Amino acid sequence: MNGTRGILAYGAHVPYRRLARSAIAEVMGAGGGGGYRAVASFDEDTTTMGVEAARQALAGGAPAPRALWFSTVAPAYLDKTNATVVHAALRLGASVPALDFGGAPRSAIGALRTALASGDRTLVVASDLRVGLPTGPEDGGGGDAATAVLVGSDEDGPLVAEYLGGATATAEFTDRWRTPGEAHSRTWEDRFGEQAYLPLVRQAWADALESTNLTAADVAISAVTGLHGRATKKAAVDLGVTIAEDRTDTVGNAGAAHPTLLLTDVLDGATPGDVVALVVLADGCEVLFFRATDALTTGRPTRSVTDQVENRADVSYALYLAWRGLLEVQPPNRPEPNRPSSSAAARRSDWKHGFVGSTDRSTGITHLPPSRVGISGGEVDNMEPAPMADTVGTVATFTVDHLVYSPSPPVVFAVVDFDGGGRMPVELTDVDPSEVEIGTRVEMTFRRLFTADGLHNYFWKGRPLRG
Amino acid sequence: MASHGIRDQVAIVGMGCTPFREHWDRSLDDLLIEAHGLALVSAGMTKDDVDAYWYGTSQSSASGISLATPLRLDNRPVTRVENYCATGSEALRQACYAVASGAYDVAVAIGAEKVKDGGYQGLNAFPIPTDGTNRTLTAAAMFSLILPAYAKRYGVGEDDLRHVVARIAEKNHYNGARNELAQFRRETSAEVICEMAAVAGRLSVFDCAGVADGAAAAVVVSAERATDFCDDPLYVKALSLVAGNGSGLVDPSFDFTTLPECAASATDAYAQAGITDPRAELAMAEVHDCFTPTELVLMEDLGFCDRGTAWSEVLDGTFALDGELPVNPDGGLKSFGHPVGASGLRMHYEAWLQLRGRAPEERRIGTLGDRSRALVHNLGGYPGEMVSFVSIVGTEKD
Repeated sequence: MNGTRGILAYGAHVPYRRLARSAIAEVMGAGGGGGYRAVASFDEDTTTMGVEAARQALAGGAPAPRALWFSTVAPAYLDKTNATVVHAALRLGASVPALDFGGAPRSAIGALRTALASGDRTLVVASDLRVGLPTGPEDGGGGDAATAVLVGSDEDGPLVAEYLGGATATAEFTDRWRTPGEAHSRTWEDRFGEQAYLPLVRQAWADALESTNLTAADVAISAVTGLHGRATKKAAVDLGVTIAEDRTDTVGNAGAAHPTLLLTDVLDGATPGDVVALVVLADGCEVLFFRATDALTTGRPTRSVTDQVENRADVSYALYLAWRGLLEVQPPNRPEPNRPSSSAAARRSDWKHGFVGSTDRSTGITHLPPSRVGISGGEVDNMEPAPMADTVGTVATFTVDHLVYSPSPPVVFAVVDFDGGGRMPVELTDVDPSEVEIGTRVEMTFRRLFTADGLHNYFWKGRPLRG
Repeated sequence: MASHGIRDQVAIVGMGCTPFREHWDRSLDDLLIEAHGLALVSAGMTKDDVDAYWYGTSQSSASGISLATPLRLDNRPVTRVENYCATGSEALRQACYAVASGAYDVAVAIGAEKVKDGGYQGLNAFPIPTDGTNRTLTAAAMFSLILPAYAKRYGVGEDDLRHVVARIAEKNHYNGARNELAQFRRETSAEVICEMAAVAGRLSVFDCAGVADGAAAAVVVSAERATDFCDDPLYVKALSLVAGNGSGLVDPSFDFTTLPECAASATDAYAQAGITDPRAELAMAEVHDCFTPTELVLMEDLGFCDRGTAWSEVLDGTFALDGELPVNPDGGLKSFGHPVGASGLRMHYEAWLQLRGRAPEERRIGTLGDRSRALVHNLGGYPGEMVSFVSIVGTEKD
């Protein structure tokens, strides 16, 4: 391993929709509380949110990852790797391994620690979609979000945060659990977890300080998080350091993604030189120390966590439940779509996952989808790839379709003309029909169009460019 | 590119059309047998006189066998034809070429669709395996894209334009109310239509063609022999088809205020038929009013009026039964519904009745006697990617 390890780039994705927790009690007469939780749209899953976070992290010209690690507690697929979808959407090469780390939130922070300890330039993506039964603690207290942290050494490029080291404490105790296939977790009584966690936090914190030759006074700010709310709060007080905003009021606890969501949030606001601690209570305790560098001031993603927290629209509780499959609603009386063809999708992966069209070398016309023959001139195979995922466009005309099948009708559809050339009719998402007009600016976002026969149909949609 | 056409080489000497209905009690075969029988009776023929068949259906059945079996044809060639919603017209086009080539003396074009056995409202496309990235919008939504684009380009208020297209529906329902073959036979006012809930863009259900089962057929012979079978045959002046290359969905210069495939097929058809001023020379037109905005822009694409003026021509009543150029005197897709394989032939059936003075008095075109030619336009697909068919037929040989 060469050079100093640390973070080369980072990004987060907080979905556009929010559930006001007060809406839960309005419907159910109980549950909820104050504040909001972030809600993945009906067309988002942990994979698509991971893609969006990764795009945020890599948008600023960060070096290309040599490995992609994806961690979630709510995988879109089992048996099939989800990281390969993220890999395809990011257009990473075949020699870049894409691996899933699943099971528990601990896997996500473990992936980050392992990446920091390894020699590879690794994009660590954490994504979670927290679902609980109505009125339950995760129903209101959970949140949906994803993060991406590009880990590498200062030889790969300027680090925005150096990794100073850390410590871990591991113990077996069953405080929170869920058997595969269950929609919600169960927990033991709070006080058991609290007494199990606190010594582990103290131990890991002390070991981390010792191994890094730091004192608590050196730590500018600490992000402390875990799914055991009571233990987390207590631990934060115990450490006696400045504690970062934990985003429970505005996002909710995003499980596997929450530690890195808080880390990115802290880095968004850190001053070069600040020592930042990340303390994660997850079947033990992980403590990691970072130091913000001068490169942070120019290396932050274009959209901070705060930007995304503020860019929001409410969703009703009933619609939220329907989106999560907890409230079955009458489907439109239209045939459901066919499952996508795996062989056709594999042939066109660069289009389907990467949103890469083709540009005719002789006419300069961009074709979406890619075409072997140009619409003008008619030359065959005189095209070069035209990656369009990061290109912004303008609505040329649009409509709202109340008839077509959709997991959440109506469908807002627009013909989008991309800056610099290229046109495509695309579905819009994260949008209210009334806010679209000819001229609305649109960016592309990776989504799950529908699921048929257990196959998720991933493709790109447009959404209004906000902020 | 050469498009010579077969002007006045073949003629239609018999036609038949079933009522277009939700035929819960009738099968596809029943509809085929009826349309076939009506056409043969009209031509004074039996099935032994027919040499070859072109059978149009979009997705009700497959292969020539599905016509040869219900009709129990005797070693006859049957070609199954499919070209989206222009399927029925495409069957006629092939039958005409077969006779013009001299390969056959008598050819029948027959089109049918049994839509109502599907269990869903509306037309639903055949699922073809894809990579999952293809657009899944309804046709209604795709055609609804025309309205905001047209309003913006020509400076017409969106509410005003919404009323204009409702007037198109009002006109077609007025005509359809006078047609016993039509499915919907009630007049509806533009005001009522404007108040209905939108289903796609600003379009209400009454801006959309209905769905129906139906069949229609035509008997084609050479022009030379036409009067052997029929005193007043309909001569085929032009047959044009353009299959769009989808460039409208790729090319930012396409603005959704025109259907270029339709304009191109009309230009070709007028050249074949020797028509230079369609508005003055045509007695009537049957056009593909799948949605009201479609008929609006077709008035311009087919050269019936200048660009940007169709909306005011509609308000002026230019295309009403007693207008300068009656359009969809039978009530159109609006009144008939749209059994995909049959619609193109149903449109020709109205020209067959009207030009020969056989349409009932209450929906007779005002141009009858002054002009002898009709245009039939039939499209399939969506703005930006469609097939368009245009024919010209007439009672007089040039």
